[in-house]
Amino acid sequence: MVAKNKKNIVIIGNGMVGYKFCEKIIAKSDNFNLIVFGEEPRRAYDRVHLSEYFNGKTAEDLSMSPANWYQENHITLHLSDPVLEINRQNKTVHSQKGILQPYDYLVLATGSSAFVPNIPGVEKEGVFVYRTIEDLELMKNYALKAKKGAVMGGGLLGLEAAKALLDLGIAETHVIEFAPRLMPRQVDSAGSKLLQNKLQELDLQIHLNKSTSEIVGDGKIEALAFNDDTQLELDMLVISAGIRPRDELAKLSGLEVGTRGGILVNEKLQTSDPNIFAIGECALYKDMIYGLVAPGYEMAEVVAANICQQEKYFYGFDMSTKLKLIGVDVASFGEAFITEPEGRTIVFEDTHKGIYKRINITNDGKYLLGGILIGDADAYNILLQTVNNKIILPPNPEDLILGSRGGETDGGAGVMSLPDDALICSCEAVTKGMICGAVSDGTANSLDDIKKCTKAGTGCGGCVPLVKDLITGTMQENGVYIKNVICEHFDYSRQELLDLIKLNKIKDYDTALDHFGKGDGCEVCKPAIANILAGVWNDLILKQDTIQDSNDRFLANIQKGGTYSVVPRIPGGEITPEKLIVIGQVAQKYNLYTKITGGQRIDLFGAHLSDLPAIWEELIDAGFESGHAYGKSLRTVKSCVGSTWCRFGLQDSVSFAIEVEDRYKGLRSPHKLKGGVSGCIRECAEAQSKDFGIIATEKGYNLYVCGNGGSKPQHALLLATDIDKETCIKYLDRFLMFYVRTADPLTRTATWLNKMEGGITYLKNVIINDSLGIAEELEAAMHYHVNTYTCEWKAAIENPEMRKRFAHFINAPEEKDPTVKFAPMREQVKAEAW
Amino acid sequence: MSEILELNHQIETTAVSENLFFACYTDDVPQNGGACVKYKDTQIAIFNFTRRGEWYATQNLCPHKQQMALSRGMIGSTGHDCEPKVACPFHKKTFSLKSGDCLSGDDYSIKIYPVLIEEGKVYIRID
Repeated sequence: MVAKNKKNIVIIGNGMVGYKFCEKIIAKSDNFNLIVFGEEPRRAYDRVHLSEYFNGKTAEDLSMSPANWYQENHITLHLSDPVLEINRQNKTVHSQKGILQPYDYLVLATGSSAFVPNIPGVEKEGVFVYRTIEDLELMKNYALKAKKGAVMGGGLLGLEAAKALLDLGIAETHVIEFAPRLMPRQVDSAGSKLLQNKLQELDLQIHLNKSTSEIVGDGKIEALAFNDDTQLELDMLVISAGIRPRDELAKLSGLEVGTRGGILVNEKLQTSDPNIFAIGECALYKDMIYGLVAPGYEMAEVVAANICQQEKYFYGFDMSTKLKLIGVDVASFGEAFITEPEGRTIVFEDTHKGIYKRINITNDGKYLLGGILIGDADAYNILLQTVNNKIILPPNPEDLILGSRGGETDGGAGVMSLPDDALICSCEAVTKGMICGAVSDGTANSLDDIKKCTKAGTGCGGCVPLVKDLITGTMQENGVYIKNVICEHFDYSRQELLDLIKLNKIKDYDTALDHFGKGDGCEVCKPAIANILAGVWNDLILKQDTIQDSNDRFLANIQKGGTYSVVPRIPGGEITPEKLIVIGQVAQKYNLYTKITGGQRIDLFGAHLSDLPAIWEELIDAGFESGHAYGKSLRTVKSCVGSTWCRFGLQDSVSFAIEVEDRYKGLRSPHKLKGGVSGCIRECAEAQSKDFGIIATEKGYNLYVCGNGGSKPQHALLLATDIDKETCIKYLDRFLMFYVRTADPLTRTATWLNKMEGGITYLKNVIINDSLGIAEELEAAMHYHVNTYTCEWKAAIENPEMRKRFAHFINAPEEKDPTVKFAPMREQVKAEAW
Repeated sequence: MSEILELNHQIETTAVSENLFFACYTDDVPQNGGACVKYKDTQIAIFNFTRRGEWYATQNLCPHKQQMALSRGMIGSTGHDCEPKVACPFHKKTFSLKSGDCLSGDDYSIKIYPVLIEEGKVYIRID
């Protein structure tokens, strides 16, 4: 069975996720030998519907696959044979029955076990956990002689177990929960109350806020004793107090595990050993164990894809759930618990029918954040779609849970607000995206065309009105839609081009033009793409000097008369007397006009192109770096003097400003970037007029974003309150990189935010709550920038080829431009008027 | 450098009948960009349009604000015919490299010089 020329994948654990992995990998490739070790005696079975075992279903019914499935697919299955040891040096596993199995890839799908709290008496007879068919069989036998039973734990699994006890015919069943509400992870207290009423109607007795101190009894359980000195007489107890990832084998093998359990994995689900993967409930991704089956399946898919050399990543998973618990619909989606001031809540409660619905919306009422549905969860799918696709809400969001109530037209935002993957024609499986796509690309402009090219509406015909609306809607949209292309040479927006450049690893302008553009480029797309390339790769811009704007090409600001100005970086506005003297000496030597800038630096005007390298050589020798005053990049981070000297200062604003300026210096962005750090609320650094502003508080810092001075001044908006330095840097990393990635060319952060749908609420969600799931990527991109920063001027003066470019006449490099003229002014010079 | 000036001098004397001026070597001018050369008291911008395999030369002075800057401008093309152009770095006025006409709607135009490339050398024809 095990072919020699194929690579071995060994799977440890034969639960739902381990099984799904086998299914996924055989669908992708037949280049592997699959060897599965499972400690249970039977083939993988459906643990989600375990309670149906008491409802008449057999173990065979619950099985994930027919008996001959493993054989047919040439999978070696070892049952009742747990792996005891992994030898990572030799790449082998050793099983209990003595099998020594070599592997090329190892997949740990060891799942989880029930968490049993350390209560005196847990070892007594009549105490069970609810996890496997074996557990159920033990319960089944014991239940024959039991009259009173209880479940410890009122979570999702606990209620399932309670259902099992009811099905086993236990006359009196209790649920004991430590927390003040049922299903604390999914449901709020109002919802819990309603759920509790429903369950009590079904003869379940619910006890909340109950903490068990002891399991009482002589050899077998007789009662539970609680901390409030009460007791509950019992014949049997099922503990369902949570799960524990099965990471003991991983730990034994020296793989990294989390402090509270779980095998640490990256977004490829690789453990600390790149040939070993962990999936399902044993895997710990970003401090999170995913205790549902859907994310486990997604993990299986990611690992199968990666082993088959496809690029696929796991970035966390939506933990929204909908289930029927003992006949009651319960659903929880998105941010189910968010409250003011983060969002607003609309609640509908009908105790008569037993219905509770809660939706949470953004403060501006534009977006749905999440919610809870109990008793009636029919709207779950559309509400979840509304959250996930960030669909703009109708003016009366309560219609979402109440339905439209007469009068006005339909409360929904119409068919155009449906997501692209919404199924329109279920007979022919045609999505909204396929219909709108056919209209947009000109293939179709009538119902008949759509029927021909997509087959939508050719089955039962029920979708025809919807299809018509979509055709008209798309045509209307296209009529008013002006695509935001950067110039005649590229039919793309800046953001689209950035994605294309990043995905296709394009490093130079000509390749970009060849692949995605036409013609020979121009003064609009060249600097725009230069800026994107610099933002994505952080390569030295002078390597492609002729696509840069004149300022970037010569790393200085062109001024009247054709001379340049020079701005060395003075981080945070702090400068030593020695450095001040050097600036003065350089200015004297090269006859430069000097002026203090608005950003607490010194600008030196009137430098001849051919003098720039020599000027910079002297400045760099004295410890200066490029100030990037010529670039669309970080200029300065202005600071007040802060707590080091100021009697009002709460924090050391200068040191923080220097740290921030040093971190982001050289970052190429759609427009210039300015920052400020104030040491207290007096705000002497004017941080609220900057692209990002930090203001010290008693507890830490408040972070403001998207302000600017200029022709249309705008105050920055509060992004986060009382955060520490590390969090502040983290949010800034995400914010700046998100701006770099998504803004149009020459758009300051304020304008960018003004155009953003959902505004600061949306931005907060992206930056703080990571609603797009890109925070890690943004941070990684910023780390890349920080690690690859070099001073452009230092690189330029050290490279003779680049240095040669700083000449006015290439056939007379020593000669300066004779047309440059200065006029005297207040003991200095100025450019002659034009 | 003196070597170039010498060569420059030789060409000037030998090619005087054709009014050819040896401006520089081809690799003195950055790819897809420009550089300025001095011919007596005149400043001439030379453009190495590598992407099209073409060379152009114009006056260096931008007529808009009388700045000696065109050689530092970005080159590119415009329209269906891909008319080659240069944009002044000061205010982005653009000029055709073929006709010298201003393409951004103003009345002025710039002087164009024919360019000759031979054995890695760039010659400009002066009237």
